[in-house]
Amino acid sequence: MSDTFYDLMRRQGISRRSFLKFCSLTAASLGLGEAGAQQIAKAMETKPRTPVIWIEGLECTCCSESFIRSAHPLVKDVVLSMLSLDYHMTLSAAAGEQLRANAHETIAKHKGNYILAVEGNPPLGEDGNYCIYYGKPFVDVLREYAKDAMAIVSWGSCASWGCVQAAKPNPTRATPVHKVITDKPIIKVPGCPPIAEVMTGVVTYILTFGRLPELDVQGRPKMFYGQRVHDKCYRRPHFDAGQFVERFDDEGARKGYCLYKVGCKGPTTYNACSATRWNEGLSFPIQSGHGCIGCSEDDFWDKGSFYDHLTTIRAPGLSNLGVEGTAERIGLTALGVAGAALAAHAAVSAVRQASSRGRNDRVSDVEK
Amino acid sequence: MKVNRVSGRVLQGPYEPVYVYEAPVRFWHWAMMLCMIVLGVTGYLIARPLPAIGGEATFSYFFANVRMIHFIAAMLFAVLFAVRLVWAIVGNRHARSIFLPPLWSFEWWSGLFHQAAYYLFLRKAPHHWVGHNPLAQLAMFVMFVLGTFVIVFTGLSLFSEQFGWGSGWMNAFGWVNVLLGGSQMVRTVHQLAMWWLALFALVHVYMVFREDIMSGETVISTMINGVRMFKREPR
Repeated sequence: MSDTFYDLMRRQGISRRSFLKFCSLTAASLGLGEAGAQQIAKAMETKPRTPVIWIEGLECTCCSESFIRSAHPLVKDVVLSMLSLDYHMTLSAAAGEQLRANAHETIAKHKGNYILAVEGNPPLGEDGNYCIYYGKPFVDVLREYAKDAMAIVSWGSCASWGCVQAAKPNPTRATPVHKVITDKPIIKVPGCPPIAEVMTGVVTYILTFGRLPELDVQGRPKMFYGQRVHDKCYRRPHFDAGQFVERFDDEGARKGYCLYKVGCKGPTTYNACSATRWNEGLSFPIQSGHGCIGCSEDDFWDKGSFYDHLTTIRAPGLSNLGVEGTAERIGLTALGVAGAALAAHAAVSAVRQASSRGRNDRVSDVEK
Repeated sequence: MKVNRVSGRVLQGPYEPVYVYEAPVRFWHWAMMLCMIVLGVTGYLIARPLPAIGGEATFSYFFANVRMIHFIAAMLFAVLFAVRLVWAIVGNRHARSIFLPPLWSFEWWSGLFHQAAYYLFLRKAPHHWVGHNPLAQLAMFVMFVLGTFVIVFTGLSLFSEQFGWGSGWMNAFGWVNVLLGGSQMVRTVHQLAMWWLALFALVHVYMVFREDIMSGETVISTMINGVRMFKREPR
């Protein structure tokens, strides 16, 4: 258990050359520069591995699926050993009681030193019985495992914000992790799923430096969620030029113009997609011709169409009747109604004025 | 002439001209109007961009220029509003009327209902007021002042986004983003506030012309020379 990462990597046949290459790539992806690479190498050679316990609540496993496709830091088997992933329901070879015992052993042995990675979120409705973990509500397991953790990583939009299972009307009362666990440092890594390299980057940072990366006010690592997809989008020059795709099958779409007018949510979404991209940097939604749907933003399911960067507004209490509209429709309707009302008011005023003037001619100034 | 200091109601004649709007307030009014027109037009173009311009993106910077004009006008608008807030403190008492409706004054409330009844044609004649009548004052506060606060803060938050979390701008205005629940909500509220102010402008312009024609006081010329004149001896 007290092996260092380096020992483990060497035992798996990773050459020192590959190891250093991995260190510099990781340092680069974290934006740490050359000195950072040496720091990472040193930490990996000397520090005992920090164990990670990875639990899954209400979720679809897309975070795990994304995670195992991380390309830099290295290939997947090294990534898995590097993490010292002591407990992961989907990825562990063991199963059942044996696996659970392993988790408890890690918790007992590394009290206050392990990282709890939470994928998905706990439903609180019906005393948490919508998600059962070893015969217990998941929320209880989450509290139990979180009690002695050093920090919690909220994987994906589920754990960070609530995502689809917390979308209105949220029948199971699915609740993001930070609203259940309030006494531990929580690092949110939103996205549906988060980018693989962002996930491994965040974990590597914590393991290497023994502290959380710098977070923004909402608890997301600044290095990956500091800027919007729009800010680093390669189609940004078309945005600045005023060249927009009007329809998904038009000339502009073929030329790769900006997708702003077909509702790309890049300008309202904080994520690293346009910088890191997906699948070993191959592409990302906007590059493949579809707008961003803002999957790393809070409540992205409840904000109306995926093809509009303004939120659909539902009249409170009238949403069951389907009364909803865009800001523009509401604004124009209000202006139209007000305009008509003022025109009518003006007409009545004119008539009154005329008739009162006529009366005033006969009777001087007796009003009220 | 006898005037109630709190509500601004003219209690007794003979009527004489009153200097209501000082020069900075008048300048501010027309500068704000210009800003609002520029902001409304460019803002609409940002929300609903024109059809695409052809050619290489290298040679066009049209949309960025539209945004730049919007930002410049917006900064002027925000600064003008901030200066106006200061002037509300240092200016004459009419300078603060739209920021502080005297909700504690009974006469003000009774004047409000009287004015509303007058606009609903239930009263033949309105009371006379030196500054805004209570209904106008309330509308100015709720529609213009509150609407402007919302549009300025959401606008500054949207502007800050280009600098990213952790920047000075975002530290100053990122709370709007957190408060409203994300950037998309900030945009939505910003646009709603724009329609709110457009509604205000429509009602404002109508009321100004109507009052100028039908009430006993000057209205439009007051915002030009600052002096409120009483056209006829009121009853």
